[in-house]
Amino acid sequence: MAVEMLSYIERKSPVHELTGVTKLLCFIIWSTAAMLTYDTRILLFLFILSIVIFIVSKIKVKEISFILIFILIFLLLNNIAIYLFSPQEGVKIYGTSHILFEIVGRYNVTIEQIFYQLNITLKYFTVTPVALLFIVTTHPSEFAASLNKIGVSYRISYAVALALRYIPDVQRDFRNIALAQQARGVDLSSKEKLSKRIKNAASIMIPLILSSLDKIETISNAMELRGFGKNKERTWYSARLFQSKDYIILAVFVLMLVGTLVITFHDGNRFYNPFL
Amino acid sequence: MKKPVIEFNNYSFKYHSQVDPTLKDLSLTILEGEKVLIVGPSGSGKSTIGHCINGLVPFSYKGDVIGSLKIKGEEAKDLDIFSLSKIVGTVLQDPDGQFIGLTVGEDIAFSLENDCIEQKSMVALVEEVAEMVEMDRFLSSSVHHLSGGQKQRVSLAGVMVDHVDVLLFDEPLANLDPATGKYAMELIDRIQKETNKTVIIIEHRLEDVLHIDVDRIIVMDDGRIVADMNPDELLASNILEEIHIREPLYVKAAKYAGCEVTEEMKPSKPLSFAVDKEKLIAWYESTDSIIPRGKSEPILELNEIAFQYHAGHETIQGVSFSIEKGEMVSLIGKNGAGKSTISKLICGFEKPSSGTIYFDGQDITKDTIKERSERIGMVLQNPNHMISKHMIFDEVALGLVIRGVPEQEIKERVESVLKICGLYPFRNWPISALSFGQKKRVTIASVLVLDPEIIILDEPTAGQDLRHFTEIMDFLVELNRNGKTIIIITHDMHLMLEYTPRAIVIDSGKKIADESATTVLTDAEIIKQANLKETSLFELAKRAGIREPKEFIGRFIRYDKEVRKNWQ
Repeated sequence: MAVEMLSYIERKSPVHELTGVTKLLCFIIWSTAAMLTYDTRILLFLFILSIVIFIVSKIKVKEISFILIFILIFLLLNNIAIYLFSPQEGVKIYGTSHILFEIVGRYNVTIEQIFYQLNITLKYFTVTPVALLFIVTTHPSEFAASLNKIGVSYRISYAVALALRYIPDVQRDFRNIALAQQARGVDLSSKEKLSKRIKNAASIMIPLILSSLDKIETISNAMELRGFGKNKERTWYSARLFQSKDYIILAVFVLMLVGTLVITFHDGNRFYNPFL
Repeated sequence: MKKPVIEFNNYSFKYHSQVDPTLKDLSLTILEGEKVLIVGPSGSGKSTIGHCINGLVPFSYKGDVIGSLKIKGEEAKDLDIFSLSKIVGTVLQDPDGQFIGLTVGEDIAFSLENDCIEQKSMVALVEEVAEMVEMDRFLSSSVHHLSGGQKQRVSLAGVMVDHVDVLLFDEPLANLDPATGKYAMELIDRIQKETNKTVIIIEHRLEDVLHIDVDRIIVMDDGRIVADMNPDELLASNILEEIHIREPLYVKAAKYAGCEVTEEMKPSKPLSFAVDKEKLIAWYESTDSIIPRGKSEPILELNEIAFQYHAGHETIQGVSFSIEKGEMVSLIGKNGAGKSTISKLICGFEKPSSGTIYFDGQDITKDTIKERSERIGMVLQNPNHMISKHMIFDEVALGLVIRGVPEQEIKERVESVLKICGLYPFRNWPISALSFGQKKRVTIASVLVLDPEIIILDEPTAGQDLRHFTEIMDFLVELNRNGKTIIIITHDMHLMLEYTPRAIVIDSGKKIADESATTVLTDAEIIKQANLKETSLFELAKRAGIREPKEFIGRFIRYDKEVRKNWQ
């Protein structure tokens, strides 16, 4: 059985009990807060809170490790790129320059640059757990209902939900096709040259795409035969009603957003500057 | 007088993508509350009739319509697909593909959601319908964790929730094992009796459908109706024989024995079929006895193989068997029993947690996929999962090109394989122009070109009509005769009985039988455990008082294969 990444993980936890709409809104609020601020204190606070929420959700790190590693690699690349393109960004922002050592030309290492990039990393760390939690604790069928509730058209909501839901299917197909092709000698491991590997990957992608197209035809027929797209609106079997805890959590998150914004902008600067 | 629900009048239809019309001058009336079976070989237009009734033609599949089709008195082309879906509920062939909701409840509710029904009344309606199909205890289960039969019941509930007048089943038995298929037919029958809906079943597994009573059978061939009569009358005629639809085996046997089958003998039910016993016995005694195949060297041996996907749950438990050189064996068992896992273990796609696999006496447990692929070839069920090139030649050559075989040798080897597979004339064709059966051959050829000793095929004939079934199987027999050892994973009882002398039965990850296919299909205990069905030939032989029913089955099959050889 294929490893199912980014799919719903069933648990009994307070996070799971919230409605999808609440979780979606909280996620949006949370990202807004984390995106707008560069205040290290707030980011640290949010980061610790996100870990607490993660623990409350009873999701194990192991279960999302694959995607987590993927994000970490991406983050590393991002950090390298920031440094390559703008090694003096920290100095520009904080106005001082504590040089640790020089490399070449404008490339030196300053405490300001390290601090700045630390803040960026922290931003990722605060958003990632919450984003992942939103995906793995929201039942995909409720997911569509939630998007629709906050105003996204139901066709688009359904398309997104279907795409998410086909991830495990496509993974399974991919595995079967890859194995069958390997049996014919298609080598995808690092033993093969990169140019050849890319070519070999095509021999897996083509059947995968073609069989996915077949699936799309079947499902769209099935949906049409059962009246999808007839009316401007539709109701949702698995939509859940807001309960008092949903209102409470939403209120807390809104307050938190306001709080972080006030702290961030009260001195007219998005950055917390420890160097002054 | 019953009202007509569906009326085709001089109706023709041509898909835009095709040159000739698929339905030609069709006239057919189906009355309220009738149970109608539509049979016909692939390409006869039987699925297209279904599409016309549910509105996929002409709303999704565009084409030219001539003549009239009235559904409940209204001209179909004046309706739209949504109003049609309120009258006709369709259960599609592929139960996995048609699930939209993730849980049973959600999927059943789908069309209610589209009708903007309030959540409260929706939940009540879903429960009511789920109870009807005995799925009310599973409302919150994920559809992907259900068995094949349960999936089908959910699909059925999903259309019944709309209170449709007509239930249309497009090949409902295609993906079910024999016992589940039998149950599915009984369920359809019960629901029809309770609700008095009109039921239309499109299916080519005639004998399995006839397990329940149907009012009429409509036989399609080449876009026309060639017969429209009651089952007894049809079975007494030669129409099925002429268009190569598999007749129920017990009727076929009686016909081979020279019995004159008439409508009055009630041939549609094996238990009431008044067969001429003397003629049957005379035929049996006139045929030669079956000579069992001689023993040869084992080529593949599995020794106490165990495997688990997740710790603590063994998917395969201590399975041992040995396959002899030049054998043709079937690996059978219900869905999820572990057949596919065993084949993956043999090919090296998965590693066993314990046990050893020997090939020709050599331990290959540690060999890689690539190393094994030169000895053991695997053909997946869906040819589209294997084909990655545009042209037939390139597809078959792929495995050799990757192995760096010289160009001249590739050409020779590919061409010789294409000749064996009967694909040589098409070698420069694009694969997209081939039929399903031909694509299947291409995938077999692409495995064969590596010259493996053993070929494993997963459901090679799924969804094929009798002619294509025979074509594929005869081809495999030919390969077998040329020395290849063939293992077939299947739940098709005909395939098992007719082509593989030996069957290995797997249930819940254990081997429960390793016997001749005839023995398996006559052993009540194995039949029950593995969701199989006793072959009707056994019953026939017993009723005729033949002392060796298994021998009778063997002789029938040999005779039948000879007859079918003349089709090509």
